[in-house]
Amino acid sequence: MPDALAISLNGKSLSVRPETTVAAAVYIGGESSFHRSVSGEPRGPLCGMGICFECRVTVDGVRHVKSCQMLCKQGMQITTDV
Amino acid sequence: MSQNFDVVVVGAGIVGAACALECAQAGLKVAMIEQGIVGGGATAAGMGHIVAMDDSDAQFALTRYSQLLWLGIKKELPKDVEFETTGTIWVAADEEEMGEVRRKHSYYSSRRAPCEILDSNSLEEAEPNLRKGLAGGFLVSEDAVLYPPTAARWLSAQAQSCGAALMQRQVTATTPAGVDFSDGGTVSAGLTIIATGAWAPELASDLEVKKRKGHLAITDRYPGFIHHQLVELGYLKSAHSITSDSAAFNVQPRATGQILIGSSRQYGAEDNGIDHRMMRSMLARACEYMPGLAATAVVRCWTGFRAATPDKLPLIGPSTKKRNLWFATGHEGLGITTSLGTAKLLVDQIVGRTPAIPFEPYLPSRHLREHVYA
Amino acid sequence: MVGGGPAGMAAAISAAESSSSVLLVDDNPALGGQIWRGEEANPSLRAARRWNERVKRSAIQVLRGLRIFDQPRPGVLLAESSDAMREIVYSRLILCTGARERFLPFPGWSLPNVMGAGGLQALVKSGVPISDKKVVVAGTGPLLLPVAAYLKRHGAKVQLIAEQASRAAIARFGKALARHPGKLAQALGIFGTLAGIPYRLGCWPVEAKGDDRLRSVALQQGTKKCEVECDYLACGFHLVPNIELAMLIGCKSRNGGVLVNEVQQTSVPNIYCAGEPTGIGGVDLAIAEGQIAGFAATGQKQKADRMLRASARHRQFATVLDSTFALRPELKKLSRENTLVCRCEDVRFDHLAQCRSWREAKLYTRCGMGPCQGRICGPATEFLFGWGADSVRPPVFEARVESLMATEVSAPAVRV
Repeated sequence: MPDALAISLNGKSLSVRPETTVAAAVYIGGESSFHRSVSGEPRGPLCGMGICFECRVTVDGVRHVKSCQMLCKQGMQITTDV
Repeated sequence: MSQNFDVVVVGAGIVGAACALECAQAGLKVAMIEQGIVGGGATAAGMGHIVAMDDSDAQFALTRYSQLLWLGIKKELPKDVEFETTGTIWVAADEEEMGEVRRKHSYYSSRRAPCEILDSNSLEEAEPNLRKGLAGGFLVSEDAVLYPPTAARWLSAQAQSCGAALMQRQVTATTPAGVDFSDGGTVSAGLTIIATGAWAPELASDLEVKKRKGHLAITDRYPGFIHHQLVELGYLKSAHSITSDSAAFNVQPRATGQILIGSSRQYGAEDNGIDHRMMRSMLARACEYMPGLAATAVVRCWTGFRAATPDKLPLIGPSTKKRNLWFATGHEGLGITTSLGTAKLLVDQIVGRTPAIPFEPYLPSRHLREHVYA
Repeated sequence: MVGGGPAGMAAAISAAESSSSVLLVDDNPALGGQIWRGEEANPSLRAARRWNERVKRSAIQVLRGLRIFDQPRPGVLLAESSDAMREIVYSRLILCTGARERFLPFPGWSLPNVMGAGGLQALVKSGVPISDKKVVVAGTGPLLLPVAAYLKRHGAKVQLIAEQASRAAIARFGKALARHPGKLAQALGIFGTLAGIPYRLGCWPVEAKGDDRLRSVALQQGTKKCEVECDYLACGFHLVPNIELAMLIGCKSRNGGVLVNEVQQTSVPNIYCAGEPTGIGGVDLAIAEGQIAGFAATGQKQKADRMLRASARHRQFATVLDSTFALRPELKKLSRENTLVCRCEDVRFDHLAQCRSWREAKLYTRCGMGPCQGRICGPATEFLFGWGADSVRPPVFEARVESLMATEVSAPAVRV
């Protein structure tokens, strides 16, 4: 098990511990907005358990990923939709 | 308790609401009777497309006429009706289907419906997410989509602002004098219009209208994935099929960026549950044309019942069997499109106006029994 | 078992004492559900460690990161992970799908950094830094104090805990706790941790304020108002059972929970249900019900019967939860006209107030038609307007087209 995972958040390099979720990585990277609502409001996670869909981000090009239920992997590229 | 109306419209789906508005605008005292939610029946289940369709001259005449009526009022429609002239591209998979494209182009052009033939390059440019290797397509640029429940609600509200009444009651029977309700009440009407779609035979038992079940799925938001309504040229083959269940490629962009995926047709299915086999074949057909759909997330699936007649034309006009009973039903997959045209033709007959197009092909008195149910 | 929280683990272990093959499926990357989140990798709670170890030592097959979205025919479940689809064939099913927090709208509740109480705890357990951050904990329910204690132990500066239940209700709850020694000990531990933090009863949030994220919370207690600067607001209004899969399968419900008999069997003979979906009752009841279900589903009737008294005792505690944390009527009046109620579709309170039923609201405003499928706004509109939910259709969770097509499965069907 590596000591840290090297990932990127909105183009910035970030280092996180293994077992960190993508949602946590966004906060560690200093952001609190994950995506925009249909009327353009900035939004972040609400339920923390994969139900509210407010934590969605794009991971490795795939849209609408529920970041609170996905673990970071080495080399992962995360982009928020703000 | 009884009230006197010139016209009672049973069923406030998009067709009933359009009829009520037309009646009210013609100066008739009209009541809409809806047992559920206005626009909550097949209206709510359907794809909300407004298409000029050429299965027959009569079908084209009615759909094109009605489409022009929609285009005429589109500026009045509120934002939540989401009216969008997306256009339709009929997709041709091979040279044989391109032959059909050319036939359609000649047909539509001669009837002054703006349209264009797309070769495979321009098709790809118009819709990059269609699979490679398609032969081309036929673009009908004045086709549109809207969100039907709010459209029906708007039509109903407009009717009411012209003096129409809306009652939430259940009609159990019609008589030459009006309608009877499930709670024992009645309403008097000079004439009664049945606009209850697939449930019309409940009030007119020998009516040649059958339920034709359809499935739909809607995805999460993928703005820009698709720009036009897309339909395969085999769609009409599906609409033709007599006994077999069929699925055809038909997808639509919604104003929300969601992708609406259809279409399927089944006879003889009375329950409204999801049929997994039908859903799978419909989704598979869609993925054959747009492989990128496979990775999109489906938020909801649902079903609805179209009202199908033996000759694929609606019933617009007086009953041949009962006095003071009229029909505005049997619209199959074209209820949204032809709602406005239906209302015009019906009221033309009721008050004796000259219609913009002949209404004879849609009269209930035409000889339906000579047709095999198709 | 569907759900790898306390009930699911207990059911799996109990079922595994028979000769049946047992599969435990959970949609999170690790087992534990909500209350034991993170315990699989980093055990800290005695009970969680015990159950996790028993699962590890057993022959139970565990599938993580897999979310069930449909039962196309009896005995077959379809599930999706981030990159695959699996078909699961079973002869008996135990649903342990847990609960979710109830969210009520108030002005500003959709700002980033306003989350559920359990929600913030789950995020912190998953790596969100909370050290030195100012947190207000608010809402209602048995989660508030444990969450506040957890956050404080991990370095958060908890400014205030606001519980909308009255002093009298909480006093009665305290008395009930005293009759359950284990819970009392836990409660005393929590109070110890929280010494020095204001704990206001009969107090609730009225506005979350901020620009692109939360900056402060305004609260009301009786006629008094106050405003507290903070980085996070952890606010949830008790729990609602997750019963959607049970409803899809055809199980009957009662009072918002899955209807079960005394051995946790639902109205569908080979389907059992244990834990929060049968009614919110806490972790001890969930474990007991899980054991009973696991034994009963595998024909170990005597072992199931032996557990009945323990579960009855824990169920007494459960009935206290409902009455203690009942929602006060003032909470219905928090929204302004433009406060969003449905966050997926940005539907305002005033547009919803014009509708007469859940279905009408769905059709006209799209409330409940977004990806959460009404799980967030449904309980809110039920409280605000008295609307009941619709029937459930597949998929019960958003699922990819390729998963719904179910023609290409990524691996052979899992059969138990």
